[in-house]
Amino acid sequence: MIEVRGLSKRYGDKLAVDNLSFAVEPGKVTGFLGPNGAGKTTTMRLILGLDYPTAGTVHVHGKQYRDLPYPMHEVGALIDAKAVHGGRSAYNHLWCLAQTNDIPKRRVDEVLALVGLTEVAKKRTKGFSLGMSQRLGIAGTLLGDPDVLMFDEPVNGLDPEGIRWIRNLMKTLASEGRTVFVSSHLMSEMENTADDIIVIGRGRLIANTTIDKFIAENSTETVRVRTPQIDVLAKAVAVAGGTATAKGDGSLLVQGLSTDRTGDIAFEAGVRLHELSQTRASLEQAFMELTADSVEYHAGNQPGQAAGSHRAAAADGPAPAQTTGDTAQPADTAQPADTAQARTGRMN
Amino acid sequence: MATVTTEGSRLSALPPASGRAGLIGTLRSEFTKIRSVRSTYWTLLVLFVICVGLGALVTSLTAAHWSQAGPGQRASFDPTRNSLVGLYFGQFVIVVLGALIITSEYSTGMIRTALTAMPRRGIFYVAKALVFTAVALVIGEVTSFVAFFLGQTLLSGHHIQTTLGAPNVLRAVIGGGLFIAVTGLFSFGIGTLVRHTAAAISVAIGVLFVVPIIVNFLPSSWTNDIMRWLPSEGGLAIWNPHQQAHEWSAWPEFGVFCAYTAAVLIAGFILFRNRDA
Repeated sequence: MIEVRGLSKRYGDKLAVDNLSFAVEPGKVTGFLGPNGAGKTTTMRLILGLDYPTAGTVHVHGKQYRDLPYPMHEVGALIDAKAVHGGRSAYNHLWCLAQTNDIPKRRVDEVLALVGLTEVAKKRTKGFSLGMSQRLGIAGTLLGDPDVLMFDEPVNGLDPEGIRWIRNLMKTLASEGRTVFVSSHLMSEMENTADDIIVIGRGRLIANTTIDKFIAENSTETVRVRTPQIDVLAKAVAVAGGTATAKGDGSLLVQGLSTDRTGDIAFEAGVRLHELSQTRASLEQAFMELTADSVEYHAGNQPGQAAGSHRAAAADGPAPAQTTGDTAQPADTAQPADTAQARTGRMN
Repeated sequence: MATVTTEGSRLSALPPASGRAGLIGTLRSEFTKIRSVRSTYWTLLVLFVICVGLGALVTSLTAAHWSQAGPGQRASFDPTRNSLVGLYFGQFVIVVLGALIITSEYSTGMIRTALTAMPRRGIFYVAKALVFTAVALVIGEVTSFVAFFLGQTLLSGHHIQTTLGAPNVLRAVIGGGLFIAVTGLFSFGIGTLVRHTAAAISVAIGVLFVVPIIVNFLPSSWTNDIMRWLPSEGGLAIWNPHQQAHEWSAWPEFGVFCAYTAAVLIAGFILFRNRDA
């Protein structure tokens, strides 16, 4: 259980965390989301007492972090996987951490085995890949068998297998009744892992909700149709009460109607269909819209819009037929999930 | 990359924790830290080789040229200082290690991991300083005694050697180790203040080596008044059997150096506790 109340942190004239309040519950994976520079890491540093808050309080199990009798038995935190002395072996790194909290030596071997680093335990960490460093960092968090786990961007730099491993680990840890608090700047990552999400932007709380609610509120079901008779189908959809938006590539996005209904309408109107599929607005898009105002640095010429609006602009380029004018919808709100994934790759 | 063999977090249960993570565990941890990086061994080896090697070189040269030495040279000759002369250069090596002990925590980022494991910073800082002091004192004493005995052996051909029983000699040889340890602590304190390896070493060497040179260029009445207050003189006095002109005797003069070191360490302690890590 982590409780943050009225937390603020100022570095010089920059307010990195601004009156933040939230609680992280046990038995769940809580995603901590926000664009780069939103204050996620700072918040975690404040929770751990690495930085001192300008205002507000942070309690872990009802205590300030530095007052926990055995901090590693209660909290396992990984802020920066590369925050190790590269000249020290993985084994000795963990051993010197364990000793501060009177953790027995066999535990070091166990966590090394758990994260799969036994073979390189005696190697100096200087030569470790980012993925291996992440595993070493996670091993460190598990040394004390803590109730609360905090990971800052744990999947950064991991291969797909490593990502899956971390996801499973976080879920397992939560299912054992532990508090798992994990930050990410990727909604797609949290979609698969988190139960609750806390979204911040520019140090302020934007949303604190469950992932299911967030999905329900932010994803609109859309039917994607490809047809040579776009105008005919668009009119038929409008008559049936749906909203049709033509995309530049000869497809039509239909909202407000089910796939079945859209197919029936096409049949009745005598329109030939080359494709009929359901897509869901990506959570990534919803997340970007939510945090668009709080993104610190935008790439080049995209003022006020999160990344990915290139594509929208390109699609809008040849002035597509907007059949139902008043409910104009940005062309790429609805996208197949895989395209959204591809795009988030670019955001990194 | 190593493959994952286990799913989930199934680990053996820990013995129930009673009490509180404190100084003892942190001392153990710091001892593991200091002996698990190569830079410790390298710097200690260099310290030993420089001090003992230079002492051997200087005493052999002195012995070889003793027959040609004039009366003035013979009068100012001191076999203890002659054999310990390497300590003067050894101080720069311990300055490096003293600074690295704390600044490497910052340069590698390890400080964040370490303070997450032991968030009670006062304990962390004291444990670090104690472990370093112990290591520096042991290597300092060993080095000083080895340099002394080797030097005296090399001087013995001309019967110009001395023994630990001679006035002030034992104090000077023990003082050689104290000098190394306190010099290292001085640098450790500066390292805590500036949190940067190169800056810490530059400041420490500037204070211990450059400041006395500058003071030497002042009008001599000033030099005579100022010199005894410099940290560097206090350090040098403790391994010199003879009292320098215009300075206090060995222990009070060494006390000046210890006072400076304590001031730097206390300032470091306060900043370390109150600054963001």
